[in-house]
Amino acid sequence: MTQLPEQTERKLGLVIDLDTCVGCHACVISCKGWNTENYGAPLSDQDPYGADPSGTFLNRVHSYEVQPEAGPAQLIHFPKSCLHCEDAPCVTVCPTGASYKRVEDGIVLVNESDCIGCGLCAWSCPYGARELDAAAGVMKKCTLCVDRIYNDNLPEEDRIPSCVRTCPAGARHFGDLGDPDSDVSQLVAERGGMDLMPEQGTKPVNKYLPPRPKDTLNDETNILAPLLAPVEQTDGFLGWLDKALEKL
Amino acid sequence: MHPAPSVIAFTTLSGLGFGLLFWLGLGYPNVTGWVAFVLFAIAYLMAVGGLLASTFHLGRPERFLKAFSQWRSSWLSREGICAVAGLIVMAIYGAGLVFLGTSWPLLGAIGAVLSLLTVFTTSMIYAQLKTVARWHTRLTPALFLSLSIAGGALLAGQVAMATALLVLAGIIQMVWWLQGDKAFAQSGTNMATATGLGSIGTVRAFEPPHTGNNYLLNEFVYVVGRKHATKLRMISLVLMIGLPVLLLLAPFAHLFALLAVLSHLIGVIISRWLFFAQAEHVVGLYYGKR
Repeated sequence: MTQLPEQTERKLGLVIDLDTCVGCHACVISCKGWNTENYGAPLSDQDPYGADPSGTFLNRVHSYEVQPEAGPAQLIHFPKSCLHCEDAPCVTVCPTGASYKRVEDGIVLVNESDCIGCGLCAWSCPYGARELDAAAGVMKKCTLCVDRIYNDNLPEEDRIPSCVRTCPAGARHFGDLGDPDSDVSQLVAERGGMDLMPEQGTKPVNKYLPPRPKDTLNDETNILAPLLAPVEQTDGFLGWLDKALEKL
Repeated sequence: MHPAPSVIAFTTLSGLGFGLLFWLGLGYPNVTGWVAFVLFAIAYLMAVGGLLASTFHLGRPERFLKAFSQWRSSWLSREGICAVAGLIVMAIYGAGLVFLGTSWPLLGAIGAVLSLLTVFTTSMIYAQLKTVARWHTRLTPALFLSLSIAGGALLAGQVAMATALLVLAGIIQMVWWLQGDKAFAQSGTNMATATGLGSIGTVRAFEPPHTGNNYLLNEFVYVVGRKHATKLRMISLVLMIGLPVLLLLAPFAHLFALLAVLSHLIGVIISRWLFFAQAEHVVGLYYGKR
């Protein structure tokens, strides 16, 4: 049923630390791997070794340059996947009931056997979180690794989304954002976690931690200056040698 | 947005087809027998042809029956139900006119309302999307409905009505374009809100996630068509409104009527192409594009 639940028992989601992310794309690869080898239609590639490769990804890492009014520009790596919105427009637009939000944990999922591949849910998503798989003809999206987090066959430390498990920088956190005492909620409160495009009214569950303020360098210091200064030695053996060679 | 030919054909043809059904349901023109058969055949060819075309853009068209289930929340589902209900009611009403020579005005009126509702629900599929500011306006249903009724009147041979409605549709189309050009900037969504990094400084897309293309860019960031937009708008307006109105004002001739219909059809197709090609989806912001 594509009506949204009034409220969900838990709000499972991710907290992504834009200060820590190093832009290595390991989460992209582990996501593609896990979600191709496990639940649902595999994430296909088209022309993977040819001139125009493309493919389905549930998680992509953008990089942005931010230029403050004063000081040097900052480079910020920006992983983006489904934000499992509380007011998910992708769910209500679905004509078949394939798209739904779970009452028990708030995860937004697609029942692939009901999906007709009309693409309207992807149109309604402001974040580009949904991609229609060109091979399977059905909509793919982040499942928050629903087949890992409740999977008793996995060791306990692996029962978190694949991207979180993989991140070498510890930039991705998983937990219940509906519980104000959870680690992730504490982190969001402490670091001023933010919503993406709040004006779209989607009420995303996933939060982004903004980069911490940078150290300020001494005014007008050119960090290349020591390297650019001419090498000049006027005394000692090298000084004599320099002068001697100059005269030749 | 990617201007898929199947969706353009669908909205254009079914808009005109249901527009004609609307007039036929109200008894304009009040015809029976063979003349009614021909008019109903034209309306059904367009309406059903459009609906069939719309299935071509589905990933799994064989599952289309499931799309009738979610009318509580989904405009797409509502559209499917209205279309099928309208077509069934009008088929019974049409059968009465064609084979029995009798008219059931109440049934016709219900069919007319369902035909208009179909066009309205189609327009709401686009108008509901907050992600596409150009479409997210009440003017979108007004545009679809006015074009449908005007085109229907043209097909139904209602000269006076068609002339007035075409002019009205032309005015709504122009206002829709002018409003639409400002909509994205006015929506308040930009790279700063998309990334949440605006408080630090000016955000610029430095590196896309992949060097290759992807579904999102193909579907939502269509920029090719924006180049000749102004010229295409003029051509569309002349063919869709201007020429048909002139032909209607001229002394009646079957050739003129046919030319007016063809000109209108081509004009609407161009307008619909622009409807999609010019529409900017907010996801483009993540790629530093619009």
